[in-house]
Amino acid sequence: MTDHGWWIYLVIIVAGWLATDIWRWLGVLVGNRLDEESEALHLVRAVATALVMAVTSKLVFFPTGTLADSPLWLRLGALGVGFAAFLLTGQRVIVCVVVSISLLIAGLAFL
Amino acid sequence: MSSPPLDVRSNFFWFFVGMRGLTSLPALILMTSFVGFSAFALESGITRDQAVFMTLAVWALPAKMILIGTMAGGAPLAACFLAVTLSSIRMMPMVASIMPDMKSEKSPTWLLLFLSHFVAITSWVFAIQHLENVPRERRTAYFGGFAITLTLVNAVIVGVCYGIVAQFPPLVSGALFMMTPVYFFASIWASARHSVVRIAFVVGATAGPAMALVDPRFDIVYAGLGGGALAYLFDRFVIRRAGRRMTPASSLEDPL
Repeated sequence: MTDHGWWIYLVIIVAGWLATDIWRWLGVLVGNRLDEESEALHLVRAVATALVMAVTSKLVFFPTGTLADSPLWLRLGALGVGFAAFLLTGQRVIVCVVVSISLLIAGLAFL
Repeated sequence: MSSPPLDVRSNFFWFFVGMRGLTSLPALILMTSFVGFSAFALESGITRDQAVFMTLAVWALPAKMILIGTMAGGAPLAACFLAVTLSSIRMMPMVASIMPDMKSEKSPTWLLLFLSHFVAITSWVFAIQHLENVPRERRTAYFGGFAITLTLVNAVIVGVCYGIVAQFPPLVSGALFMMTPVYFFASIWASARHSVVRIAFVVGATAGPAMALVDPRFDIVYAGLGGGALAYLFDRFVIRRAGRRMTPASSLEDPL
């Protein structure tokens, strides 16, 4: 069991820490050469935003845990109405969070 | 002789100002996500010490979920590494895109490399939203104050909450899970200062799930690299060109 524990820490260091920080370090080295407002920085911003939103959007479409059993229309509807309310109220983040989560909880409770 | 101590105090001051970001909405939402993570770690057979160590070493929540998922499935080390590293490619453009805002001429590269470890989606959004309001030479201290403290606090949360909440009621765990994506949708849109970010937002949000149906192994890569490049080209050659055409056109009309 102690051998097993030691092995898990090695997995965390190699497959967790190194696997993520390699990209962060490369980001520093690349970002250090980018000028503010350069075309390259526009491209980097676009790729970063698309990657983050792809990860985020997948959480809504393909959730894990208890939400995996909830209907897709409920999750999308809660997010969509909350986001619309957020856009209509001068883009206040708290509006999106409160409206979406309230609708989701109401939906989960009544379904 | 009096100016160096003043400088030092000033960095502490900005570090502290950054720390106060811990009481902001995004930091609080992230903390609830880490309470959820401690329950997930327990369910997956990860010990308390391992869960805390993982929080400090990996930090990004999606990468940790994937690491635990592959580890729990008994995958070999190389397979774990590949799964996590493919899912973390986004770290590179994320870090690169905030570097021009974060560094000053004096910031040493080792410091930027060290601080980059604490970049995850929450601290990335925080940097985009707040760095421009901080004096340039204090931005590393400010970011460190927020991001390092956020990591340490969440490591403590994982250590304390591990085992306390083995399982939430389904309604609560569902709401907690949904908090993170909902928060990212609103805050990333609200923090966009360039048209290219809004286009990439829409492309990424639609292409992510669509590509997951096509090829679930590399969906994020396709949606992010391909979608991001498309968004950039569309912004450069359609949106910004249209914007530029408007300006010279109106100035041409003036003499007439």
